[in-house]
Amino acid sequence: MTELLSMGFLQRALLAGIMVSLLCGVLSVFVILRRMAFIGVGVSHSAFGGVALGFLLAVDPLWTGIGFAVLVALAIEWVQTHSRVEEDTAIGIFFAASMALGLVFLHLSRTYNVDVFGFLFGNILAIGQKQLVEILVVATVVLAVTLAFYKELVFLSFDEEMAWVSGVPVRALRYLFLVMLALVIITSIYLVGIILVAALLVIPGATAQNLTGHIRGMIITSAGVAVGGAVGGISLSCLLDFPTGATIVLLLSLVYLATIMVPRLHSHK
Amino acid sequence: MPEVAVDLRDVWVFYNGLPALEEVNLEIQTGKYVGVLGPNGAGKSTLLKVILGLLVPARGQVRVYGEIPQKLRHRGEVVGYLPQRPLNNPHFPVSVLDVVLMGRYGRVGLVRRPSLRDREIALMNLERVGIPHLAGRTIGEVSGGEQQRVFIARALCVEPRLLVLDEPTVSLDACAQDEVFEMVNRLKDELQLTVLMVSHDIGGVARHVDDIVCINRRIHVHQAPPIGRLGLESAFGCSVEYLFHGEIPHRVVKVHDD
Repeated sequence: MTELLSMGFLQRALLAGIMVSLLCGVLSVFVILRRMAFIGVGVSHSAFGGVALGFLLAVDPLWTGIGFAVLVALAIEWVQTHSRVEEDTAIGIFFAASMALGLVFLHLSRTYNVDVFGFLFGNILAIGQKQLVEILVVATVVLAVTLAFYKELVFLSFDEEMAWVSGVPVRALRYLFLVMLALVIITSIYLVGIILVAALLVIPGATAQNLTGHIRGMIITSAGVAVGGAVGGISLSCLLDFPTGATIVLLLSLVYLATIMVPRLHSHK
Repeated sequence: MPEVAVDLRDVWVFYNGLPALEEVNLEIQTGKYVGVLGPNGAGKSTLLKVILGLLVPARGQVRVYGEIPQKLRHRGEVVGYLPQRPLNNPHFPVSVLDVVLMGRYGRVGLVRRPSLRDREIALMNLERVGIPHLAGRTIGEVSGGEQQRVFIARALCVEPRLLVLDEPTVSLDACAQDEVFEMVNRLKDELQLTVLMVSHDIGGVARHVDDIVCINRRIHVHQAPPIGRLGLESAFGCSVEYLFHGEIPHRVVKVHDD
């Protein structure tokens, strides 16, 4: 703990960046394989409503953000399984409604301040010791749960019906995954902000899919790409004096574009 | 062991208020090889889903080996299932052996890892369906016929008593179709399975199965004399092509009356 206290802002930023990106890198594989990219976008934007509610009620926006994101994630799942609405339609509606709510909450709280901007676009250099501990806790829990249910998560992503018939608690795991996604999104907000967090959940997995043909390799590659992107992005942003979150996302996008060429090279050999 | 593998009594299923299955009564004895025939939208897959427990009927009683399917699934060792489109994502990054190993997961149980023994059983079942050499290949790389074998091997890994196959021959060429039918026939005897197979392929089904269940939306399954052109035509609602000869033992079918 004393080491955490004595850390400079850059070390804290790097440590937080490594933990968050590692987490996003691992979940990203499942997001890609389960074709949930848009859910990441929807849930992260919904968090805006929660964060704004925090400002309105003058409580820690992290908690209202988590509550809101989990609620929206579960609502998307519920609406999808209990009505004739398609998933992407449900996400589109919830995501817009949450952002609109967020704006109304902000209006009511009359705080158009810098904090909001930080939540939207991330401000990892301002990360404090408290946030670092929060990230550590979320990272430990989510990674442990993912590891424990790894076999079921793969099965579920591959063939939900067969998984169900084999006795896998499909619905519980779907909800669990969404809750983890919401937690990771909220903690990632420090790093890249609400607007860009979905990139961290999509690009590493998509990049890894271009590079490897096996799921274990894909998870390791994805985590590696994410961590590399975060560390590289933070360093670059310091060098160039660019916004950190945006630099990370742009770096990851460039890596993704570069790997699009890889399967083509393979197929032409 | 109870005599009856599958027992449906007065089962009704509705989609958006319209009946998909009406008053279905069906009893399948253990050890039988039963083919389910019917046109598109007749409720063939619905029937399987009810038996697997994926769908809860609005009315009626479903028992598989005397148990409710929703309970039975937790044992993960009774029903082997081959879904109609088992490979949703052709780029899914798992090997053939990984896929077959998934058949063990029900027996392995939550959180625990498959053991060396599970791996051996998976390999043995790959041998059983004649493709042990493909174990290390990515699932999307192997041909359609080979994929069907992979998924049959996965279903066998459950070490099931009841094998449920939903259109295993669809999208296969004639040769591969025949191979699947022959293989299921052989496996059924070898492993003393009860087999329930949905198919469009009247000829293929008729040559191999013990019983035929013909369904069409409004159905009423009962014992009946040997199937003839009339029986099949009334199920399909149109002329059917006959690719077989001789008499087929079967159960069928009340004509749907619209």
